[in-house]
Amino acid sequence: MSNDIAKEKPNENANVKAAEVTDNSTNDGYKEFLQKTTPTQQKKQTNGKRRKTINTGYTLRRPLRKWFWLFIGPMVAAFIIGFVWPFIQGIYLSFCQFRLISDAEFVGLDNYIKAFSDQSFMRSFWYTGLFAVVSVILINILAFAVALALTKGIKGSNLFRTVFFMPNLIGGIVLGYIWSMIFDGILSKFGTSIVQDSTWGFWGLIILICWQQIGYMMIIYIAGLNAVPEDMLEAAKIDGANRWQTLWKVTIPNVMPSITICMFLSLTNGFKLFDQNMALTAGQPIVMQDGVGIKQTEMLALNIYNTFYNNTALTARGTAQAKAVIFFVLVAVIGLAQLAYTRKREVQQ
Amino acid sequence: MKNFKRVLALSMAGCLAIGALAGCNNGGKDNSGSGSNSTAASDGAATGGDATKGSVYWLNFKPESDKTLQEVAKMYTKETGVNVKVVTAASGTYEQTLSSEMDKSDAPTLFVIGNSAGVKQWGPYALDLKDTDIAKELNTDAYNLYDADGKLVSIGYCYEAYGIIVNPDLLEKAGHKIDEIKNFDTLKTVVEDIHKNASKLGFDAFTSCDMDDSSSWRFTGHMANLEYFYEEKKAGKTWTECPASLTGDYIQNYKNLFDLCINNSISDPKELATGGHDPSAQFASQKAAFTVQGSWEWTNENQPIKDKVPNAKMIPYYCGVEGEEKAGLNCGTENCWAVNSKASEDDQAATLAFMKWCVTNKEASEKLVNSFGVMPYKNAVDSSNQFLKNANDYTSAGNYVMDWATNYQPNSKEYRAQLVSALNTYCADQSDKNWEQVKSAFVDGWATQYAAANS
Repeated sequence: MSNDIAKEKPNENANVKAAEVTDNSTNDGYKEFLQKTTPTQQKKQTNGKRRKTINTGYTLRRPLRKWFWLFIGPMVAAFIIGFVWPFIQGIYLSFCQFRLISDAEFVGLDNYIKAFSDQSFMRSFWYTGLFAVVSVILINILAFAVALALTKGIKGSNLFRTVFFMPNLIGGIVLGYIWSMIFDGILSKFGTSIVQDSTWGFWGLIILICWQQIGYMMIIYIAGLNAVPEDMLEAAKIDGANRWQTLWKVTIPNVMPSITICMFLSLTNGFKLFDQNMALTAGQPIVMQDGVGIKQTEMLALNIYNTFYNNTALTARGTAQAKAVIFFVLVAVIGLAQLAYTRKREVQQ
Repeated sequence: MKNFKRVLALSMAGCLAIGALAGCNNGGKDNSGSGSNSTAASDGAATGGDATKGSVYWLNFKPESDKTLQEVAKMYTKETGVNVKVVTAASGTYEQTLSSEMDKSDAPTLFVIGNSAGVKQWGPYALDLKDTDIAKELNTDAYNLYDADGKLVSIGYCYEAYGIIVNPDLLEKAGHKIDEIKNFDTLKTVVEDIHKNASKLGFDAFTSCDMDDSSSWRFTGHMANLEYFYEEKKAGKTWTECPASLTGDYIQNYKNLFDLCINNSISDPKELATGGHDPSAQFASQKAAFTVQGSWEWTNENQPIKDKVPNAKMIPYYCGVEGEEKAGLNCGTENCWAVNSKASEDDQAATLAFMKWCVTNKEASEKLVNSFGVMPYKNAVDSSNQFLKNANDYTSAGNYVMDWATNYQPNSKEYRAQLVSALNTYCADQSDKNWEQVKSAFVDGWATQYAAANS
């Protein structure tokens, strides 16, 4: 059944593409045409197929032009209220000393100086980087492998897809607590626990994030694999390419758009990881070195949270805010660099 | 048909817009309810506001008291017509909830500032309670918090006690008497004897000493207090603000009691990091003769000791300090009311009137006392809490009260987290090297967190 779907999809895509091409080719002329003619004239001047397209477009466009704000308005308002305004306010607060955001005092760059001189922040940065690299590699390799297997027409593929996707529907905090029970259940046999051993803490986080995200990335890869043109695969087969060669020379170049998006999502998710980190290890274990407690498994987002809420210094919230801005810039730069790099490798079908 | 579609599209878009914007509504004040307002009218002089026109919003930090407070709030509204809203922050998230609530236009009028760090952080948002009617009702100044300028930032609305809770019946079954326990050595003898014969007796000495978040505060907050208290006592001066460092002189005494607890309990010390046990249930179901806990366990909603072990008694933290035969229980509080100085004068007046009513109205104070313990007010109902009675008995007998010096822990969450981590390592392997980590977390950790909190 899934095999049928796999075969059907490229054809559907081809149809859609064909339709788009027709639309594009007529687009400029159509605009001009709309301005010059009335609906009655259109009917007279065009053939049946064309007339239908124009009429639909015309009847839809006029109310849309008039009422578009009603449809876009709520979304734009929500975006401004929920994202743009807090973002601008967040940047402003990173230059302030505050306890309540409505009562902030401007202090210049002090917060940034404090953030960069905070050893725990720099440590979390490297730890997060390591985590992101390992998780990106594992998530993408495993998700691609699962997607490949599930597009080969194995019996019950749809069931497997659903099951693999399901962990993504569970919230991070819940996942963290569930997995801490699983890990501790196993590790207690060896006289340790996830909060006592930093190695297990790291791999515990990796296992958790893989378990949660592989299913999601798998869906994207499946869509990509289904869009690989059948004729290319057939041509490769006729040319005598083996499976391995087909995978590397035909399939992977064709799914590069999926790889780009999956890499981007897993990389940024890796950097932004918070709830799972808080629920699974909360930064434990903490090793005392020269009187300073060093959290072995604290990632950047958790470090910012702890600075904001667990430090009672009057400057702490501003410092945490500065850390959050640095964190944003870092994730944005890394994410965009990765996008630019993998996009170059995409092929035009 | 065309019109119908247009109407349908418009109404759907309208619904979407309303739905999206509904979240912006900050919930206007609901001054519903009517009735006489004689009590509410009595206050207000202190702030110049009209108590009958204001409303009260209490941000409570004790989840276990939520039910009682909701009942009390309803009683007050019924009696005076003044609206009282009680919101309880989820366990361990008071700071987060307070931060976001205080930023709203409908901010809490009554909230909790329970320690010196809180005074520093939230003091600027607290009304000076000096000379208010509620302050005049207090029968002690011991649980009040002042800022550096002498402003009365918050006043204790109840106080509590903690120590070692003992089940005398189980002790008798094991051939001992509670009166035998006078100091650490005698406590140790009894505890070790019970643990040795645990399988024969059918119960153990201590309940599980879990180090997960639901239980670790008993050791990193409460038990750690004995070290701080004896440092204070040695220096002959009660702390009034967080000291920059500790001497660590009594850390061995902390170790004495901690070792005794973890090595003579129901659970293997190696499995404490994971937690998952229920010490309150273990004690209530007579599975252990001792537990380290506080007076609130007397009326614990799930396992009330007053019903399960009605003759339970609380004894001090005996830890091997010289002269500890004269020790009393650890008495103090983090339950201190502060009134929002940014609230409208009417709301402030209404809040002060409500507070006074809570500690003077017989029915209300009875409910609150049952939930909170003792309320240190002249006209509040006496407590029926057995453990607080034990605390008073010790004081009456001339024993010294151990104050809650633990309230001064700098960046307490971070400080306790590193202590938990070190104790976890120690519990898994009780070596001297691992104890050094505990010592470092205890003493050096204090200094580094103090520095961080004052940076």
